[in-house]
Amino acid sequence: MSAWKYFVFAVWALALVGPAAVSAQEARPLDSMAQRMQACAVCHGKEGRASSEGYLPRIAGKPAGYLYNQLVNFREGRRQNAAMNHLMQHMSDDYLREIARYFAELDLPYPAPQRAAVSDDVLVRGEGLVRRGDAKRDVPACVACHGEQMTGMLPAVPGLLGLPRDYLIGQLGAWRTGHRKAMAPDCMAAIAKRLTDEDIAAAASWLAAQPVPGGGKPAPAPTTRGPMECGSAIR
Amino acid sequence: MKPSLGLPGRVVLGLVVLVLLFAGWVVWRNLPADEREAERPLDLTHAAVIARGEYLARAGNCMGCHTTRGGTPFAGGRGIETPFGTIYAPNLTPDPETGLGAWTADDFWRAMHDGRGRDGRLLYPAFPYPNYTHVTREDTDAIYAYLRSLPPVQQPRREHELRFPYSLQASLAVWRALYFTPRGLEPEADKPPAWNRGRYLVEGLGHCMACHASRDALGGALDSGGSLMPNGKWYAPSLHARHQAGVAQWETADVVALLKTGVSRKASVMGPMAEVVFYSTQYLSEDDLRAMAVYLQALPQEEPPPPLSPRELEEQRADAVVLDLGRRVYEQQCASCHGDRGSGQASAYPALAGNRAVLVTPPHNVIQAILWGGFTPTTAGNPRPYGMPPFGHVLNDQEVAAVATYIRQSWGNQAPAVTSLQVSRAR
Repeated sequence: MSAWKYFVFAVWALALVGPAAVSAQEARPLDSMAQRMQACAVCHGKEGRASSEGYLPRIAGKPAGYLYNQLVNFREGRRQNAAMNHLMQHMSDDYLREIARYFAELDLPYPAPQRAAVSDDVLVRGEGLVRRGDAKRDVPACVACHGEQMTGMLPAVPGLLGLPRDYLIGQLGAWRTGHRKAMAPDCMAAIAKRLTDEDIAAAASWLAAQPVPGGGKPAPAPTTRGPMECGSAIR
Repeated sequence: MKPSLGLPGRVVLGLVVLVLLFAGWVVWRNLPADEREAERPLDLTHAAVIARGEYLARAGNCMGCHTTRGGTPFAGGRGIETPFGTIYAPNLTPDPETGLGAWTADDFWRAMHDGRGRDGRLLYPAFPYPNYTHVTREDTDAIYAYLRSLPPVQQPRREHELRFPYSLQASLAVWRALYFTPRGLEPEADKPPAWNRGRYLVEGLGHCMACHASRDALGGALDSGGSLMPNGKWYAPSLHARHQAGVAQWETADVVALLKTGVSRKASVMGPMAEVVFYSTQYLSEDDLRAMAVYLQALPQEEPPPPLSPRELEEQRADAVVLDLGRRVYEQQCASCHGDRGSGQASAYPALAGNRAVLVTPPHNVIQAILWGGFTPTTAGNPRPYGMPPFGHVLNDQEVAAVATYIRQSWGNQAPAVTSLQVSRAR
């Protein structure tokens, strides 16, 4: 073969191999949790950072113990959401622990709070319930378990800020009707049943209107007992 | 002179005789099967027998139906939806009142082999005794021993909710007369041991054909393959066809990998098959999985349908408007993982081009995958699976149909369009 034929062949070979080499460089290595958790992104937002509008909760930065309990509750039907019940069906405890840890460790900014179109009286009532509860009806203050800053407590109590108002109302309502359950003793079910519709709407409206302090980091594990026994806190 | 019957009388008499003959045949076909004693009586409290029983209960995936979501394993209560109504799986724990506490090993054998309850009533074949009848006495005894070793759970059984006439024992007797013969499987001497073992597992405990075989209008399993699941949501593709779920052309190792880990180079499991791998096949030994693979690969294969002519292809092709909508949805929601050309990415995101699960008709599975997404099951061999998001609440029926049609008719894929009506029914 003459030299020019080698040359033409070499050019041809480069033309074939070149793009393949480039695309090989571009191909992302496929082994990260982010790539595994694509299933969550459509609802909970990229990186688990759902907005404060709408219904869907943010999961990024919540305590790992809380997230793990919820994943297990969805798998076992104590929490009802058709999509989540479906996704969790065939998942091991170990993998759910890893997923919980992954989202708990994400440290992402929170969006601005949303003030719902409610009167100041409603917000005052809401703040009162959250900060002081209602001793007459045996309703403890939210802050007693969810932290003074309401950003949750390690290892398994979730923060209440940075969540959509509709989601908060939906969850408290579901607890009251028995649609959402937690491990027994189910303290939140007991509390929700002592609340009225107005109480729930007021507390949710106030919570959803608060900015998230300190990056929403949960408080350290409590050293004293909370006001109630909670099965989900023990796990 | 003897009074003679007129023509109408003779017709009536003839009908009565026919009905009696039919009834006699049904009764004869439902006579209790032989009471076969265990050839080698097992010590049903021996740890090795119980462990063997646990393994066999896995192979039969008893837990899959006899456990509710989040409920105590084997305590029953799960409703199995069928075209004839809902059947509730009973409690298999040894509770004396609500479970199998009062059952003897012979009672259990009669249920498995002959489809009869302890009281002699005929059982509904949602309990797959047309398959379990092939299980040996020794193996049913081991399963019985394992179930006896479970902690008893008090959980009363729920009455089945079946429509008339399926609710009658007599209807069941007719069904059994037509479709059920209690019998074991004699090994075929000219076939290798692996094939015989695989057949025993696939046709017996594994009851693969309970879903994968076609059924006639009365619910009788046929020898060919492919069937809608009883709830009508998923399609169990044919194991007898390489364009569906046949594995005759695969490497044996790929079949084993799919059953062991839920993923393989060729395919991954989803929907009801994910449940099978999660609760059952991932726990089976390499030898047993290999045997099942050998048997599945040797199943007679149907010819795939002939390729469509250019004219038929043209007729099958969806409207440009639909394909355009499908392409837009695909680019927005699917392409980042499955690739611009449906080529997927390694083992994480499956290729859609040439993917049988995308192409199979009826298209129930591709619709379910889009509506509900899902993870492949966690298994020892694939402990951290990748997952696909559910799009059921993001896309409307028209959009799901369009994107399903688009992926079925792009990159060399040639399958019929999916309609909004099909999507709406699948929800």
